[in-house]
Amino acid sequence: MKYRFTTSASVLAIIASSAVPVSAQDYTRFGIEQDLPGTCSYAATDAKDYSGRTLNIITHAIPVIGEPTALHAEQFAELTGAEVNVVHVPFGDLFQRIMIPFQSEQNAYDVMFYPSLWIGDFSRFLAPVPEAYVNSTGMMDVTPSFTGVATWNGEMIQYPMDGDRHYLKFRTDVFDNAEVQAQYLADTGNELTVPATWEEYNQVAAYFNASDWDGDGELNYGSAEVAKRDDLMFSAFISRAAPYAKHPDVQGGFFFDLETMEPLINTPGFVRGLELFIEAQASFPPGGTNFGLGDEIFSFGGGQTLMSYSWDDAYIQANQEDSRIRNMVAAAPLPGASEVWNRTTGAWDTFETPNRAPYMTWGWSSAVSSMSEEQEMGFDFLCFFSNEANAEHDMQIGRFGVNPYRNSHFDIDYWKGQGWADETAQTYVTTLSEMEESQNRVFDLRVPGVSQFMSSMANGVAEAMAGQKTAQDALDDVAQEWAEIADRIGKDRLRDAYANVVTLEDNEG
Amino acid sequence: MTPTSTFGVNTMLSSKHFFLLPALLTLVAIILFPLLFTIRVSFSSWDVFQSGLDYIGGKNYGRVLADERFWQSLGRLSLLSLISVSLQYTLGFALALAVWKQVRGGRFLRVLFLIPMMTTPVVMSVIWRTVFHESLGPANDILGMFGIGAVPWLSSATGAFISVLIVEVWQWTPFMFLLLLAGLVSLPREPYLAAAIDGAGTWRTFWQVTFPLMAPITIGALIIRLIEASKIMDTVYVLTSGGPGTATETSSYYIYIRGLRDFQIGYSAALSLVYLVIMIVSLTVIAKLLLRLLVGKVG
Repeated sequence: MKYRFTTSASVLAIIASSAVPVSAQDYTRFGIEQDLPGTCSYAATDAKDYSGRTLNIITHAIPVIGEPTALHAEQFAELTGAEVNVVHVPFGDLFQRIMIPFQSEQNAYDVMFYPSLWIGDFSRFLAPVPEAYVNSTGMMDVTPSFTGVATWNGEMIQYPMDGDRHYLKFRTDVFDNAEVQAQYLADTGNELTVPATWEEYNQVAAYFNASDWDGDGELNYGSAEVAKRDDLMFSAFISRAAPYAKHPDVQGGFFFDLETMEPLINTPGFVRGLELFIEAQASFPPGGTNFGLGDEIFSFGGGQTLMSYSWDDAYIQANQEDSRIRNMVAAAPLPGASEVWNRTTGAWDTFETPNRAPYMTWGWSSAVSSMSEEQEMGFDFLCFFSNEANAEHDMQIGRFGVNPYRNSHFDIDYWKGQGWADETAQTYVTTLSEMEESQNRVFDLRVPGVSQFMSSMANGVAEAMAGQKTAQDALDDVAQEWAEIADRIGKDRLRDAYANVVTLEDNEG
Repeated sequence: MTPTSTFGVNTMLSSKHFFLLPALLTLVAIILFPLLFTIRVSFSSWDVFQSGLDYIGGKNYGRVLADERFWQSLGRLSLLSLISVSLQYTLGFALALAVWKQVRGGRFLRVLFLIPMMTTPVVMSVIWRTVFHESLGPANDILGMFGIGAVPWLSSATGAFISVLIVEVWQWTPFMFLLLLAGLVSLPREPYLAAAIDGAGTWRTFWQVTFPLMAPITIGALIIRLIEASKIMDTVYVLTSGGPGTATETSSYYIYIRGLRDFQIGYSAALSLVYLVIMIVSLTVIAKLLLRLLVGKVG
């Protein structure tokens, strides 16, 4: 009853704040270029009064997501008079710091920022996003992919504030260089083009590996990848395996067969992806098999490697004002596969145009706890955090970790306004926006116990990468462990959760 | 004994117990309660998808017995601990002997030797990770000056194991140095005078006098370090994350993954208890063996 009342009150408040014309006050002191119109603009938030009330927030360590949380919490406190406490937690501890209070029914935090793939574990503890916020200007502009990521059993329970995906990044000063193209053709008999398959990616990476192709006196390398176990390597593997294992004509599950809930992780598509991942190690920089995300950003963003694929960070770093490779990089879809495993027929299908399976790689999200007594203020804060002006501001700062998640973020002029060259901006916007239109997307395994599944997979992949097991043996062991985890969770419960992922992948949502 | 005196003794005993109560309560709070709670949790299926303390019997312990990865990590940990503590002891003893006698700059050296121990393991691991960075770190640069090719410090199984070993030895040799130096300083002078009168040389004096006299301190130092080394976690976490593959995954890091990353609370409690029992038994056996080997020899 109380919840209904607060929700109704917040609806009225939002409608009222949207309807009331706000005076053109100057909010540039908050570091934004200008306040942009919207449901939770600076002016609208300024009109609220939360004096004497406290909001407790848990978020990631500074800078990624933690820094914008701290910044906007301070602004929110100044605008509304609320007391806002922010707790920053390193990634490795974030899950348990949120989960333990949930499980022990303590109302420790009102607002949480966390990786969106934990939705399967947290869903039962989250407050649904009230209709007023679902219909807010910022939310209406969120792309369908990230609206889908925030939705569980048909109800929005996460508040989108980031949009992440994996895509290919490459050096245009090499790929567009006529001399290099001619030399490549002479040496390999192939045209130098942006890799369309992972086999091509490995070939190009190997060709340019361990040579000083940028002429700075230092050796350059073929590929920088996140290959360190327990440091988001599971996402890199999914990117590589997806086009071989995600058949566009086969529905009903990528990681599991939704009907039987049998793991598919050791099927030939995943094995092929892993074999190519193992092969690619030969083109990594020295120590590249131990690269975490930070190393990958530094390696590609710093100009050491020809190609890379992961989140936006390396691309943003490469194009920052002080970067020596600024505007010498471009984006492209992740490489695909000419042969795709069809688990229905049990055979490889050949594709003339490589099969692409864009990977919507979790990304950060936020939510309000269902136990919170300050739900209205919590949602107001999240709405303010992601308001139009703040989102534009945060996307410009690479270390903040906020990446495009609204249709308006795919405006090429915005990125050119940041000093990006035509090709750099155009390929970035096109790559990201086309992923939204793909009918063969892959999403994370957003089910209860996702950390156990991913930890098991990362370990198996790492064992194969280190030569401790063959790709097939390693993934067979992973499949066996996944089956054990599934038994512990309960197949029906797992199926119910996994259906949410399959709905997105099968474009039914 | 009269009833009155019995009453007096009882009163005295009661008041003694009363004064012991704070210490006993503290003991219960900080040691017994967590231990008993962990034992209880280990018999539950507390997991990310199942909160609360239900009872599932010995299922978690059954899983531990069949968990190949845990036993492999234990074997790896044993090897790492034995090698690193042996090296720490040898180097620590050598350094302690070097500054035991009056040497120029002795005080400065003592402080210098202690610096690694006083730094935070996580911070130092980050610095060592930079040192071992294979394309940008100074370790390979320095080797390159001597014509030695790049060493895969963190990307090969052997290299990563050696890297963890180097950081452990670097960080904890000062602890050995400190204990052994304290022992050397407290040694009686008479045996050395007797050895000098008998014409014993430096080498013989060390083996026949110093080493046996240092045996009790040696045993204490080795056991303390073995206990600490068996808990190695932060260095592995920062330096290698247990990789490549599982090449540097130790038991405590594995339990951390199962407990805090995977949130398998019940299972990680069982792992922790099995690990605790193994450690208590093996360290007791090692202590007995060392006593027999070192002190028994003196006797």
